Amino acid sequence: MSAIVERVKTLIGPEMAGPGLAFLAVVLVFGIASPQFLSAATFGSVAFQLPELGLLTLAMLLPILTGGLNLAITFTANIAGLTLAWVLQANGGVEAGPGAFLLGSVLAILVGAASGVIMGLVIAFTRAHPILVSLSMMIFLRGLGEFLTRGGDVSGFPAFLGPLGHGSFLGVPIPLIVFVVCVLAWNVLLTRTKLGFNTYMIGSNLEATRYSGINTRKVIVLVYALSGAMCAIAGIIMLARFNSVRIGHGESYLLITVLACFLGGVNPFGGFGRVIPVFVALVVLQLLSSGLNLVGANQHLATAVWGLLLAGVMVLRFVATKFKISFVRKET
Amino acid sequence: MRSFVRTHATEVSLLAVIIAISAVLSVSTANFFSLGNAFDLLNISSVNIIFAVGLLVVLIAGGIDISFAVAASVVQYGTAIALGWIGGGGWISGLLIAGSLGILLGAINAFLIHRFRVISIVATISTFNIYFGLLMFFTKGVSIYDLPDWLTDRVILFEHEMPDGTWIEITLPVLVMVLCVIATWVLITRTTTGRQLYAFGDNPEGARRFGINIGAMQFIAFGWLGLMAGIGGLIQAHYAQEVVPNALYGRELDVLAAVVLGGARLGGGKGSVLGCVLGVLLISITQNGLNLMGVSPFAFKMIIGAIILVAITLSNSRIERLLPFVSQKGAGR
Repeated sequence: MSAIVERVKTLIGPEMAGPGLAFLAVVLVFGIASPQFLSAATFGSVAFQLPELGLLTLAMLLPILTGGLNLAITFTANIAGLTLAWVLQANGGVEAGPGAFLLGSVLAILVGAASGVIMGLVIAFTRAHPILVSLSMMIFLRGLGEFLTRGGDVSGFPAFLGPLGHGSFLGVPIPLIVFVVCVLAWNVLLTRTKLGFNTYMIGSNLEATRYSGINTRKVIVLVYALSGAMCAIAGIIMLARFNSVRIGHGESYLLITVLACFLGGVNPFGGFGRVIPVFVALVVLQLLSSGLNLVGANQHLATAVWGLLLAGVMVLRFVATKFKISFVRKET
Repeated sequence: MRSFVRTHATEVSLLAVIIAISAVLSVSTANFFSLGNAFDLLNISSVNIIFAVGLLVVLIAGGIDISFAVAASVVQYGTAIALGWIGGGGWISGLLIAGSLGILLGAINAFLIHRFRVISIVATISTFNIYFGLLMFFTKGVSIYDLPDWLTDRVILFEHEMPDGTWIEITLPVLVMVLCVIATWVLITRTTTGRQLYAFGDNPEGARRFGINIGAMQFIAFGWLGLMAGIGGLIQAHYAQEVVPNALYGRELDVLAAVVLGGARLGGGKGSVLGCVLGVLLISITQNGLNLMGVSPFAFKMIIGAIILVAITLSNSRIERLLPFVSQKGAGR
């Protein structure tokens, strides 16, 4: 196991140390503490729970890499989910066909991207702090959703959506497939495209990037639009998993996604961070909560342990930097 | 006067917006422009203003805190239990316990941030999860309704019946709020520590080379917010007459929006008590006005979010226009 981690680590760089070590520690501790931990059932539950949080974390990752933050992700996801829900209901509710689903999904992604574009435009053109812009967008979207749904649930979807939330294809849960595809897409985007390169550059130094002739405003708008679109995908998956849409779904995920990014070695000021370590960090978080469930704790204790884990990893990083242990690059 | 306008541009424009909104509301609704309503507004906003002035100090010192609202819940619960142990207590012991618990929780943040150089948003997001997770785990989400009588009895310091039969009241939360506001104002504008906080927030490295004790700055800023969170938590329990573990969950972001609306800068070195109070009041007045105008309560948040978004856009673009902007415009297209 550790040999694999070693190889992966050398492949993708120093951000891996934190989540990699945490992964080993979690597997070891719970493997010893609970005999049922290292079983297919645990990994099955992780595989089904990972995608919602994971997709939202991917949506959070891009803005953080530019040195910003998108606090509106959960509500963007639910507004997009609501869009899909209404398109389905307008086309017959339970009897709606795949065409309605496709149309609804496209509209949902457009709605998600639109909310991102608005935030991106405000951030890029007024230089207002992204925390602030996305925070007011979050308050606005939450209000809009509560206004439109009166705080209630929207449900009654066609049966063929069930597999998207609960089904498996060749033994692999379909939400997980969607998530892995998105992880790979984000990885390619960040490592192989101009937009990805510019994203890192803006996170390191916005002014220098602008002076080197890159249209930083366009990049920022695109980054937030992509983030919004990814939220919409998360919203669609949540709709299929819960078989309903409510504006408050997944509200508690908001700060967990930030936690997952930081745990995955993403620099809070932007510019540094990779997709794969974040993915491993997400797996660690889900393994932790599944493991704690097995030994009889509830989700609230898991939340506290997630917080402790982040604090612990940060303290360890500091200690490691201080003693110049070679595998951790100095992070400021 | 003119120099006040120039140095306090945010405060003056906020005040102008508040006056404009109030004028519109006074004309369009019957009950807005009355002393009774004004005092109601103060009573309702007290807890948020207490939180806001605490958060202001942290923002001035260049930090950010996500955990204070949850810390206030922890303090409420801890104080309720501690008061049970000592057999009732009173306002003095209650405030002492709540204040010191709050300072302790704030100091944990400062410790992580200063000792281990964890960035404040990372540190406070982790303590946010730790505090909230542990609180919900140990309390199992159960509320406390069995609070001492002195805590749940309303304390009316001043009341007066108006000619039209409505009552104006100043309650204890308002007094505590005023004291907290004055204390914070004295701290950040009238003491050396306050100047050091601004200097530290504006340029931490410069402040360090100047001989400012940066560790002390972190502990003072986060300790002050902890103190305010503790006091605010106790006052909220007094106001609501119950302790609900997740009642304040999510309040941190609303308060943050209000404080930054009031001119505090994320990144440090800027902000004033007046602006911060006006920021909270603007949001309360809008909400109050929408209520009186008979707008559906479901639409409040939406309208307030839109107002903050517009306010941020306007205030930032106006400042930018003063800067050499023309050349950037070309690059932007």
